[in-house]
Amino acid sequence: MGARRRARGAHARRHPRSRTRRQVVAAYLFVLPALVAFGVFVFYPLVKTAYLGFFTTPPAPNLPSHYVGLSQYRSVLSSSDFRDSLWRTVQFVLYTVPAGIVLGIGLAVLANQRLAGIRIFRTIYSSTVATSAAVASVIFFTLLNPQVGLLSYWLGRKGGSGVLQSSSLALPAVSVVTIWQNIGLTFILMSAALQSVPDDLLEAARVDGASSWRRFRSVTIPLLSPMIFFATIVGIIGGFQSFGQIHILTQGGPNNHTLLLIYDIYKQAFQYDNTGYAAVLSVALFAILLLLTFVQFWFFQRRVFYAR
Amino acid sequence: MRADRRGVRPRAGGRADRRAARPPEPRRAKGSFGLRRPAGRAARYVLLVAMAVVVAFPIYITVVNALLPSAQIGARPPTLFPTHPQWGSFRIAFDEAHLGIYLRNSTIVTVSITAAQLVTSVLAGYAFAFLRFPLRGVLFMVCLATLMVPVEATILPNYRTIETFGWYDTFPALIVPFVGSGLGIFLFRQAFLGVPRDLHDAATLDGYGHLRFLVRVVLPLNRPVTAAFGIYAFLNAWNQYLWPLVVTQTNSVRTVQIGLRQLSISNFNQIDVVFAGTILGALPIFVLLFVFQKQLVRGLTAGALKG
Repeated sequence: MGARRRARGAHARRHPRSRTRRQVVAAYLFVLPALVAFGVFVFYPLVKTAYLGFFTTPPAPNLPSHYVGLSQYRSVLSSSDFRDSLWRTVQFVLYTVPAGIVLGIGLAVLANQRLAGIRIFRTIYSSTVATSAAVASVIFFTLLNPQVGLLSYWLGRKGGSGVLQSSSLALPAVSVVTIWQNIGLTFILMSAALQSVPDDLLEAARVDGASSWRRFRSVTIPLLSPMIFFATIVGIIGGFQSFGQIHILTQGGPNNHTLLLIYDIYKQAFQYDNTGYAAVLSVALFAILLLLTFVQFWFFQRRVFYAR
Repeated sequence: MRADRRGVRPRAGGRADRRAARPPEPRRAKGSFGLRRPAGRAARYVLLVAMAVVVAFPIYITVVNALLPSAQIGARPPTLFPTHPQWGSFRIAFDEAHLGIYLRNSTIVTVSITAAQLVTSVLAGYAFAFLRFPLRGVLFMVCLATLMVPVEATILPNYRTIETFGWYDTFPALIVPFVGSGLGIFLFRQAFLGVPRDLHDAATLDGYGHLRFLVRVVLPLNRPVTAAFGIYAFLNAWNQYLWPLVVTQTNSVRTVQIGLRQLSISNFNQIDVVFAGTILGALPIFVLLFVFQKQLVRGLTAGALKG
């Protein structure tokens, strides 16, 4: 063995075969932990979820489940329950995303001025980034309590039925809580984008006689558009994954009026033990989010190329 | 110089702007806006304050209510300022409402997840950036693909896996499924690609192994991305809701997010305790926000790419 090494020694630098092999071993050892985790907790369960959708859940716990192939997918996805929860989710996204982004831009523009004490306002506007969905929901759950809630009192709903118990107001109320909770993040994103708008461009527009509104609409907004697009996609994806606020504020009620797709999955899987049904819904949610992520990736790639 | 110019520039009010836009108007002529500027500035402050009130009110009223005695919270008209603050509610929330335990649990889980994600992502990112090995491209795409799989799509089988391992209602159930991060691998690979190859060659000549080169050279050069991803991972792990809800049952492992919900249902006759508990539950992240503001912003903007 010593002879072999000596014989190769002269060429070791040009043909570092043992080094190459060591490098390959090191590389696999380095990627292994992440890949094992992904295999066990991402890819295997993903496939398994789709597979579970082929089986109907038996009516009693100890009976065998039935293989029904695609028919469960067909029946669940064409059911009015699925369409309703999907539509409510879309409504929720429509309530939260555009309003959140408009508010975020407004606050970012407001806080982008050079005024004394502006840092205090920036801190306040970004503060809700520290509130999780649960924190925001518990605060509003208490404020909206029909008996002792301050907001209920100001809304003139003291004593009677609360906002969260109203079939027409529950979803808007959950949306408002979500918008508030996300304001901090949207503000931070929009501020970051706003600060990258070159002063020269605004200055040039000003010299050309553009009013401040015109400068905002024709210079700032177009330059913000990549971030607006990002925030939109991230907001939609987040909307489809919003769970904590529903669980704390309404549990999907009243009368399923806040039963979003994700909450339906949770209910079917962990309250009704309806595994097959929940699996089909999970696959549907995955497909929707996949589509949105593709749009985002496509856009990200474009943006990277623009930047170069 | 530049700052001076901006200082005089009118920002609100179309008419003032158009007047200013006329070329003959000298830039440093402060006097020309002498009358308008104070009014415009006041209006801007009014708007700033109004929005600050809207955004901060829920947090403010939470603090106020935590300091009021329970009976006074329901009083109408409502008390908007605590004249005799009572701090006892915080102690009750911490001890009797178990916020102390929840915070400990969340800290254990979040620190473990963050540390694990940093280690696995740095290692894999290094391999993808510096080392040549078969299937490198494919495996990198596999890592990226995990970005497209939301927790919700895997929750059913993962729940069963946890049960099979006998991990239900334990810390491993909360930690182990999240030790890998596709976003982390992506970010570290991108950052490490910016490290000059000469450094690698020089380190190799000096007899550095990969691990030593990574720890001594690459990581110190990439502190910003490490901090940004660390904060992002921490925030994400801390805010998890659905998974901890599903795999925990007892207070001894329950995290803050789930604990807060518990608190809001069970202590409803002691509403000041609910508010105090909410503050305790949110406080760690508020502190984090103030200490690591810059890294947080960077982490969130990087995270925005993920969704």
